[in-house]
Amino acid sequence: MGKTIAGKIFTAHLRDTPSPTNVVLDIDVVLCHEITTPIAITDLMAKGLDRVFDPDKIKAVIDHVTPAKDSKTATQGKIMRDWARRHGIKDFFDIGSNGVCHALFPEKGFIRPGYTVIMGDSHTCTHGAFGAFAAGVGTTDLEVGILKGVCSFREPKTMKVNITGNLPDGVYAKDVILNIIKQISVNGATDMVMEFVGPVVDTMSMESRMTICNLAIEAGGTCGICMPDRTTAEYLWPFIRESYAGIEDAVIDFKKWHSDPDADYASELTIDVTDLKPQVTFGYKPDEVKDVTEMEGTPIDQVYIGSCTNGRIEDLREAAGILADRKIAPTVRGILSPATPAIYSMALEEGIIKTFMDAGFCVTNPTCGACLGMSNGVLAEGEVCASTTNRNFNGRMGKGGMVHLMSPLSAAAAAVAGHITDPRKYI
Amino acid sequence: MKDFSGQVLFLDRNDINTDEIIPAKYLTENSKEALKPHILEDLHLKGFNHENDIKGKNIIVTKANFGCGSSREHAVWVFEVNEINVVIAESFARIFRQNMFNCGMLAIELSSEDIEALFSLGPQAMLTVDMEHNLITAENEQDSKAAITFTLNEFDRELVLAGGWLAFADKKY
Ligand code: SF4
Repeated sequence: MGKTIAGKIFTAHLRDTPSPTNVVLDIDVVLCHEITTPIAITDLMAKGLDRVFDPDKIKAVIDHVTPAKDSKTATQGKIMRDWARRHGIKDFFDIGSNGVCHALFPEKGFIRPGYTVIMGDSHTCTHGAFGAFAAGVGTTDLEVGILKGVCSFREPKTMKVNITGNLPDGVYAKDVILNIIKQISVNGATDMVMEFVGPVVDTMSMESRMTICNLAIEAGGTCGICMPDRTTAEYLWPFIRESYAGIEDAVIDFKKWHSDPDADYASELTIDVTDLKPQVTFGYKPDEVKDVTEMEGTPIDQVYIGSCTNGRIEDLREAAGILADRKIAPTVRGILSPATPAIYSMALEEGIIKTFMDAGFCVTNPTCGACLGMSNGVLAEGEVCASTTNRNFNGRMGKGGMVHLMSPLSAAAAAVAGHITDPRKYI
Repeated sequence: MKDFSGQVLFLDRNDINTDEIIPAKYLTENSKEALKPHILEDLHLKGFNHENDIKGKNIIVTKANFGCGSSREHAVWVFEVNEINVVIAESFARIFRQNMFNCGMLAIELSSEDIEALFSLGPQAMLTVDMEHNLITAENEQDSKAAITFTLNEFDRELVLAGGWLAFADKKY
């Protein structure tokens, strides 16, 4: 019996087998942000364990609330800053260089095929787009990761998701993954790695693959994962060029991580996207999904474009295509948060920021902000937001607020129309 | 080892998420104690009274996919500081379940029939988890009793006995 990519990564990182069904893995990168890390740091300090296993394998960012909005968030930032300095953590991103973790860390080349990655953040599954095993963990796992460079997991079961057909115009990665979650439900992939394969994934950009993997957790998945290929190698080339004679060598080397043809899967799902319509959530769970055509006319108060799901350059380009020479409805507040400074400056150079501003959007600095209802666009009771984020839980963007998840294209169209509408009318 | 017995808080719903257990706005706190009053503050459950229903309860019994959503361990700590050390459910989200064991607490999965049997004991049910015999014993004020066996993964048991993953890992790795 062959192995899946996750199985191969597990074998290559195996440190211990504390029970027949549990493994302890060596971790290649421990990622940290200021919401879940400060409390890990203070706990380690209180226990006399204020050490790090390897400062070069720890990467940290202040991204959730930045600039700080009050003394409590300022203190969280300070704890991180002091800790990074104390332990010589060079890859620490603060005001001016900070951005949303799951967009920033890949952009810096920190995530490579075959890596094991943990972070105290559920959307760490995003990094599987690079052919890595990347899982969100709690603070205790994070503490042990920081201290020892290990983490425990159950042996991975893999769900193979085969995406076939041709993506129609106006339908994007976000629509595909929302539809998959609709089909398998919010716990359809619990304790499983979701392996995304097939012709549609093969032709997708790294940005789109990250969008798909980002939402694996919304189906309960431990990690989303894609086979590392030429697209992966091209994205990573500036960081790996020293290690390979040419891109082709990297592509061949990456194949060692590919799932074997006779690998064992716990379940398989095929989705043909040829007739897929843009998708929108309607309730308080990410599997409550409808075709946008069924939601036509739903009034909205705010549009939010950003986050680790859809705040990347490709997303901004798509949205800008709809906003060009148009104005957003006077009843709508439009907020754009490019996910990282690099994305922000690319968007500036390409005139995308101007397009958004001319249309009537407010452009904020890179941050999680409104995505988790912390800052920069919290909803009032009864307000509705068309959002490119990944969670529509009751109260997520503000108590009593309603969030409709959708693609950047659908969000831009909603901004112009003043209500949820089919973006294909605007292309 | 923590105390694994007490009165039951029944939460009759699937998919209770970590935002409901502890809303994101409290994630700026840097102490577990500060979370205490905000336990289940945003829970959306018909008939649930935040003021009265949680007091004196030490064990949660609930339905499927408990603890889905964010990875925040605050969702476990807010139970811990309220002296709730056991959650019994049909199923858990992976990170929440791991966080429970990592803190030396118990996340026990039972079949829907067993969960129903516990629910049928009514809101005054008292429950004891016997780690040695893998047995949950429950009774209510009418002296109705239930004894239910459960399985615990060996490693999860070791984490509970060690008082959590940090203590375990610090010694071993
Ligand atoms: S953008 Fe939203 S989902 Fe992504 S890491 Fe930030 S808070 Fe979490």
